[in-house]
Amino acid sequence: MKFQIEDVTVYFPYDHIYPEQYSYMIELKRALDAKGHCLLEMPTGTGKTIALLSLITSYTLSKPSNPVKLLYCTRTVHEMEKTLAELKLLHKYQLDNIGPSARMLALGLSSRKNLCVNPGVVSAENRDSVDAGCRKLTASWVRALAIENPNVPTCEFFERYEKAGSDAVLPPGVYTLQDLRMFGKEKGWCPYFLARHMVQFANVVVYSYQYLLDPKVAGIISKEMQRESVVVFDEAHNIDNVCIEALSVSVRRQTIEGATRNINKMAQEINRFKATDAGRLRAEYNRLVEGLAQRGNLPVGDTWLANPALPDDILKEAVPGNIRRAEHFLSVLRRLVQYLKGRLETENVEKEGPLTFVNAVNSHVGIDQKMLKFCYDRLHSLMLTLEITDTDEFLHIQTICDFATLVGTYTRGFSIIIEPYDERMPHIPDPVLQLSCHDASLAIKPVFDRFQSVVITSGTLSPIDLYPRLLNFNPVVSRSFTMSLTRDCICPMVLSRGSDQLPVSTKFDLRSDPGVERNYGRLLLEMVSVVPDGVVCFFVSYSYMDAIVNSWNETGILKDIMQRKLVFIETQDVVETTLALDNYRKACDCGRGAVFFSVARGKVAEGIDFDRHYGRLVIMFGVPFQYTLSRILLARLEYLRETFQIKEGDFLTFDALRQAAQCVGRVIRSKADYGMMIFADKRYTRHDKRSKLPGWILSHLRDAHLNLSTDMAFLRKMAQPYDKTGGGGKKTLLSQDDLEKMNGVEGMMF
Amino acid sequence: MTDAQVVKRAKYKSSVKDPGVRGILKMTRERFVFMPNDPSSLMKLNVEFRLIKGHKSSKEGSNRPALLNLTQDQGNYIFEFENFADRELCRDFVAKAIAFSGEVGGPTSEKAAPLKDEQLSSAEMERRIKLLQEDSELQKLHKQFVIGGVLSETEFWATRKKLLDVNASRKTKQRVGLKSDMIFNVKPSSDGQSNRVTFNLTPEMIHQIFAEKPAVRQAYLSFVPTRMTEKDFWTKYWRAQYLHSTKNIVAAAAEAAEDDELAVFLKQDAILASETRQKIRKVDPTLDMEADVGDDYTHIPGHGLANEDIKDELEAQYEPFKRSFLQDINRHAAVVLEGRTIDVETGDTRSVAEALASSKRVELAKEASDGNASHQERLDRITRMAEIEDLQAPRDPPVAPLCIKDPRDYFDSQQVNTLNQLSGPRQMKSRLNTSEAYGSLRAYISELRTVGLSDPIVRPEVAFKVFNSLTQNISSSKYQLGKNPHESILDTLPSVTKEELLLHWTSIQELLKHFWSSYPITTSYLYTKVSRLRDAMSQIYPKLQEIKESVQSDSRHQVSLLVQPMLQALDAAFAHYELDQQKRSAKGGEKSNGYA
Repeated sequence: MKFQIEDVTVYFPYDHIYPEQYSYMIELKRALDAKGHCLLEMPTGTGKTIALLSLITSYTLSKPSNPVKLLYCTRTVHEMEKTLAELKLLHKYQLDNIGPSARMLALGLSSRKNLCVNPGVVSAENRDSVDAGCRKLTASWVRALAIENPNVPTCEFFERYEKAGSDAVLPPGVYTLQDLRMFGKEKGWCPYFLARHMVQFANVVVYSYQYLLDPKVAGIISKEMQRESVVVFDEAHNIDNVCIEALSVSVRRQTIEGATRNINKMAQEINRFKATDAGRLRAEYNRLVEGLAQRGNLPVGDTWLANPALPDDILKEAVPGNIRRAEHFLSVLRRLVQYLKGRLETENVEKEGPLTFVNAVNSHVGIDQKMLKFCYDRLHSLMLTLEITDTDEFLHIQTICDFATLVGTYTRGFSIIIEPYDERMPHIPDPVLQLSCHDASLAIKPVFDRFQSVVITSGTLSPIDLYPRLLNFNPVVSRSFTMSLTRDCICPMVLSRGSDQLPVSTKFDLRSDPGVERNYGRLLLEMVSVVPDGVVCFFVSYSYMDAIVNSWNETGILKDIMQRKLVFIETQDVVETTLALDNYRKACDCGRGAVFFSVARGKVAEGIDFDRHYGRLVIMFGVPFQYTLSRILLARLEYLRETFQIKEGDFLTFDALRQAAQCVGRVIRSKADYGMMIFADKRYTRHDKRSKLPGWILSHLRDAHLNLSTDMAFLRKMAQPYDKTGGGGKKTLLSQDDLEKMNGVEGMMF
Repeated sequence: MTDAQVVKRAKYKSSVKDPGVRGILKMTRERFVFMPNDPSSLMKLNVEFRLIKGHKSSKEGSNRPALLNLTQDQGNYIFEFENFADRELCRDFVAKAIAFSGEVGGPTSEKAAPLKDEQLSSAEMERRIKLLQEDSELQKLHKQFVIGGVLSETEFWATRKKLLDVNASRKTKQRVGLKSDMIFNVKPSSDGQSNRVTFNLTPEMIHQIFAEKPAVRQAYLSFVPTRMTEKDFWTKYWRAQYLHSTKNIVAAAAEAAEDDELAVFLKQDAILASETRQKIRKVDPTLDMEADVGDDYTHIPGHGLANEDIKDELEAQYEPFKRSFLQDINRHAAVVLEGRTIDVETGDTRSVAEALASSKRVELAKEASDGNASHQERLDRITRMAEIEDLQAPRDPPVAPLCIKDPRDYFDSQQVNTLNQLSGPRQMKSRLNTSEAYGSLRAYISELRTVGLSDPIVRPEVAFKVFNSLTQNISSSKYQLGKNPHESILDTLPSVTKEELLLHWTSIQELLKHFWSSYPITTSYLYTKVSRLRDAMSQIYPKLQEIKESVQSDSRHQVSLLVQPMLQALDAAFAHYELDQQKRSAKGGEKSNGYA
């Protein structure tokens, strides 16, 4: 259907539209018109993604003189694929309706590991080996060697891509990672470098948060994006955590050991160069004097991660004199590593700010703040000079230099915490030095400053007024939408007591109580015996899940559950989890039915949908609070209290409930979908907890459902074939005619 | 069909008392051949199943002979088998073969002769009783016609042979799936006095272990019996399991260092790992979390916030011994989902292991060959999943796959369809070709040009009146039907009438089925049957009229619409009967008067 929103003709690839999608688009358009940022909460299962894509692409189409570029950020690669699949649908519709003028280029961007088509490189175990494998074939000096010596291997895809030069372009269309790989194979061009190149010209780029938020990545990937871009952060309820992670580094014993090895290796290399090619080192020195650390015209194959600090915070200065010579820099690194090693051998928990730490470094080993700040750039330059291609071997020294640069750059919003052992296992010494960022606004600030519109959207942004404070920005539009329903398609319930009337909870004093574990088991058993198809369970942590599954196994509850449904479990091994999910879906598809155990805050909870028959019931066992004794969390809470006046308890509850809401929200994808949600913890009955759930869940949470009553009458009603016309007077699906009518009425009113 | 031929040792007997001739009975789909052991014997048989009309068998019992009697139009063949298992197999085969040849041979040969009341085995009797008990409608029909004497028992079931046969053959065909619970995940039993524990191992458990742990299977094939006995093998296996259950990885590693056979069980499964790597490439990209690893750059060691969960900091040498119960559960569920891939009796451990190993190889080869097709299918699937279902009108016309469990539902919905069609526009047949039509249209237009339109052509009041009276019934039924297509007219009727109508409908169906299948009438048996059926049908006729008149006027229209097809069907049957009678009388002269 197509319809008007003010001056924009919106092309929407479906025959109907939900009213909330329509109002979502109106708000979004206002934000685009105002060239400002916006914050939009809309329940899961109301088609946020397609509404966003549809409005923004239509907006671009209606303003051909000043096209905006869309940078769409997803949390995960599989969400990226889903988004691109929806975009494909939309693009097809637009092409059918407008013709060739609607053509656009949209592509997903990921790391080499997901895009490489060179069989020799991509078969490597992890990303770093793929990156290193690629560099070994594509670095400029390797290719220079290969011209002289044909026995030096190069990558045929990269060579052909380079040879094609400016002819190597992607024709318009929508490309998923899969499509990029296919295209690359067909043409014989390297899809990774092709995609990196095409990002500048694409109308829509879909990539991961880090490509904009993590300065290390953003520095090389996103630096050429124009200001007239709309940045969308989808599923952004965790965006503050992503921001914080991007600027946090931790150093362990292994890091120190690895870094020492790396330094020794580099020292050898320097000596070798001194003997064979002393001119090289001298040339580097001269370049550094001129202030060109590395940002010059590096061949495309040589770039790697950029500076870990944010671009605005890097001084435009030359590298300080005392680390310009390679051997001097190495000795600085050696001293730094030695100092960190000494600090790790503490017996007490220590916490200090970056300023104190830098002063201590200066007084102990004589490295000043400026030298620290330039560590990363200097290292990068040195590694290029030494022509190091096996970068995966040098990760530890990179970590140390990242740490040094960050601690030398920032004076506020960070703290350094040294813990001699894990709080929960005091007998195992595992010292760790962490530089943790507390201020989410730091990492996202350049994004807000650089781009004209930033859209932050998710199904759970409640309370919506907290996000502007956490991220320190002023949205021009900030709205939370409710869900108009034809029928009750979700049924949230709170279970506070087990069948034996004992309270159930994952509170610390109750969680390992056998009675609670048994009651949780019984609940699940009862549910799997009546709920068809897929059932999803979320636990508060891996360790808790492990414990409770073992306990269920001992008591035979697990066996009973298996009689009803196949059991699949999320583990910390992603490969295994992915296969388990795949099998889970197969089991649901074939009607066997299955139950999936997963962890709140885990990878599954963050990105996998359990829509339709893949999830008819979701049980949240407990309240997913963060581990409150963690020093990092405590330090962050303190910072939040002092800087933003956010109370600790409030933040913890907010954080736990956004996770819970996120978990249960996975079961709904459209209004024809339906699912039951059970919050199994007595703490959900308390008003201060419950009230922090998003409105669309709260509005369905009846007082009668605050204690478990498996209301079968409701369930029967919800599982009936979906009646599109809508029984009541309220319309939940709008056709093109309806929209035109609405517009007409509005036109008369104004 | 899987078993295209059956070969069994049997004795051929001319009668039950006959001692019989020993030989080999070989059955294929079309025929059966009996070869006596004594080649000089003249009792060779080579008979087509087309000629076989039925089969009987003796009751099962320890001291009775296992007999199978194949009946022909003249005479029969009796075989005695060595045991009942053979007999059952052959009997099932014969049943299938007869059904098959019946299908091929066409309806004439099957219907040619009336079936004599067969002697039923108790199992067959039970099945019939069971069917009657399960289906109340069938029971009603049975009571009405068989007990009422319109049809004989044999005739009644003859039209339902499929029902009997299909059930029977399916029962034998179905294989038992894998058990859902992890049966090998057992706790040892201990006698409570010594430190000794006992594990009980069943063939089913072994099968499950081999299916879920390819490394154990591999080890079994390579170790037993060359390096150790089967008992030692399993002892070691349980020892390893025990070590795992203690969760003491260091101890497990220490034991494995001493005993390299034990190490096989303690280490992670390498075969599984390689399979996993293969599978991960074929996984749905919208689920592929593995792709994320390394897409976020925080995974460089030490970046990002420290993981909240306890990491067990184990040294690298213990890494291969790390295994979790959760992994086992996932693996188990995956295997159960795949289903039973081999068709071997679970008795022999070695053959189970070999069969599993070879079936895995076949599977891998197959996957490698159809990689492209599955890739395309995955892409289609993603596109399908990307759509929001309820925003879009369904792509294909909403056709549900036809699966009629309860015919009543089907015919109810058909009824509604007919109604809709009646109210809809009728297609007019026209013999005009386009140029003629065009010419006539032009003529009309020129006429209108000269004369002009009378305004209005029809007066609205009149049109409305006519329209109203025409559509009154339709609109009233529409109104009563409501918006819900699942309600039918039947539901609006009083329940007594509804029941009665349905009963008549099914009984008419039954009678008509028998009626039409009796033509052409070739024997006097069929002749009497047809006349019996006709009488029964003519009794129903006035009953339907009664119902039609008894209902209230507002729903009479609908009822008559419902009754109409039944009456029409009956009329057609009567007409055919009359026609046939006339033909007969024209031929046979004097015979006709007695009947009719």
